[in-house]
This record gives sequence, structure tokens and C-alpha cells, in this order.
Amino acid sequence: MGITAIAFYLFAFTAIASGFLVVLARNPVHSVLWLILTFFSAAGLFVLMGAEYVAMLLAIVYVGAVAVLFLFVVMMLDVDFVELKSGISKYMPLGLLIGAVLLMELGLVFGHWNFAEDAQNLRAAVAPNMAETHNTLALGKLIYTDYIYMFQASGMILLVAMIGAIVLTLRHRKDVKRQVIADQILRDPKDAMELKDVKSGQGL
Amino acid sequence: MITLEHYLAVAAVLFTIGIFGIFVNRKNVIIILMSIELMLLAVNINFVAFSTHLNDLVGQIFTLFVLTVAAAEAAIGLAILVCFFRNRGTIAVEDVNVMKG
Repeated sequence: MGITAIAFYLFAFTAIASGFLVVLARNPVHSVLWLILTFFSAAGLFVLMGAEYVAMLLAIVYVGAVAVLFLFVVMMLDVDFVELKSGISKYMPLGLLIGAVLLMELGLVFGHWNFAEDAQNLRAAVAPNMAETHNTLALGKLIYTDYIYMFQASGMILLVAMIGAIVLTLRHRKDVKRQVIADQILRDPKDAMELKDVKSGQGL
Repeated sequence: MITLEHYLAVAAVLFTIGIFGIFVNRKNVIIILMSIELMLLAVNINFVAFSTHLNDLVGQIFTLFVLTVAAAEAAIGLAILVCFFRNRGTIAVEDVNVMKG
């Protein structure tokens, strides 16, 4: 068994085991931490496949942004998680049944599948020789040329999501004094201050 | 020798765990959102596995878009969750009946 196989089985086992712990952990904070481990092992699998760019993207976007967002929300909300866990044994048989059926169906698909006859000819963007270039460069050349509109559209999706999240969570509290810039600008200096001509040696 | 099927098997198991998680944690929205992330991760593994196996980069580009949508979905989902918690003081799914749907 080569080093690649050992690494594959290590990452695969870690991903699956921590995936299970994500859904079964008692404490949601632990769930998020197991989710981070799952993402890291998946990134390891991507590196093994030779997709370094996607692997780094997974580490940065998922671990750095999404998982941390989850962590913030879990820690911020004062929820009784024990109560939320109470039905877990009731739903477990149904969940196991559906999981087993789904896994069996996927297993049946594994038994009988082949690539289409002309799968090699249907490739839209054949990867260049990886000995001469590397994954990130090849992907960048594709994303910024053929897929530029979709890339821009994904940027728009993120913008809309950002605005949506801000609009949803922003609240104006009534009991807090705020700076009203219009009032400040519209204030007349004549009302605000009085100029006195003070004679020397007399004072006011 | 690690073949394409090995990666597809890992992705299939992760996807099943995601579905299983949704059914088991029926009350806790946060874990349900995490299960959805797990399923999207499984889909991404499938995309990248086929992409690298067939030497076609489009799979990896599509993975990028799936990742974008997943991030946006997590942000919006959690924002709705925070908003709901502020109004109702709970995140149990069964209590979500404001719209009487």
C-alpha cells in the first residue's frame, strides 16, 4: 500500500467519522468543530486528487468563513440545546432506515455504471498537462475567460446575500441615543452661540 | 491503487450522513444547516473526482460556484435564524408557525 493509499484512507476515514459526529454530537459547538475537521479532511482528499485550488478554497471559505459563522451563531444564541436534543432517540430508527435505503440505492448505482462512449470527446475544458502548468493557473485561465459572466454572477449572489443578511439582522433600538447627522448640519450657528464683545480689563 | 470509485464511495457516505442528520436532528435548525453543508461537500467531492479523473476542469469551476452558493445560503440561513430567535426566543423547528403554513 503506497503513501497515497494510506493518505486517502486516513482522510476518508476522518471525513466520515467526523461527519457522523457532526450530526450526533450533544453540544452544537462540538458539532461545528467536527464540521471543521470534516472540511479539512475533504480538502486533503482534494489535494490527493490534484485539485489544489479547490482544496485551498475549501479551507479558506468553508473553515475560515462558513464554519466560523456557525460558531458565532451557536455561541451567540442562548438556546437550551438539551431540550432540542430530546427527540433524537425517537427519530433515530427512521433516520437509520432512510440512510440505509439511500446508501443501498447509491451502492446499486455503483454496481452498474460506465462512462459514456464519447465521454472523452464531450469534455468542455480539457485540462492542460499538469507537468507544465499547475491547477490554479489552468483554472484561472478558464474562469477569467470562458466563465467570466458566471464568475461575476456568483459575485452578485454574494453581494445580495450580504445585503440580505445585514437587512435581516439590523435593528434600530429605540432606547439608544444616535447621531443624527442631518440635525447637526441643519443647526444654525446663531441659535447655538452668542458673540460677546468683551472690553479689556472688565470681564463679563 | 485509489480509483474514482473510492472517492465516489466517500462522497456517497457523506451525503447519506447529511440526510441522516436532517432526519435525526429534526428540532435543531443549526444542525440541519450543518447537514446541508455536509451534503454540498459530498456533491463537491463528486464533482472534483470526476473532473480530475476525466481531466476536465469544468467540474472544478462548478465546484467553485457550488461553494459560493453554499456560503450565501449559510449566511442567509443563519441571519434568518438570528432574526427568528430574537422574535420568538427559540429555534425549535416545530415552533416555526408564524405564517400558519
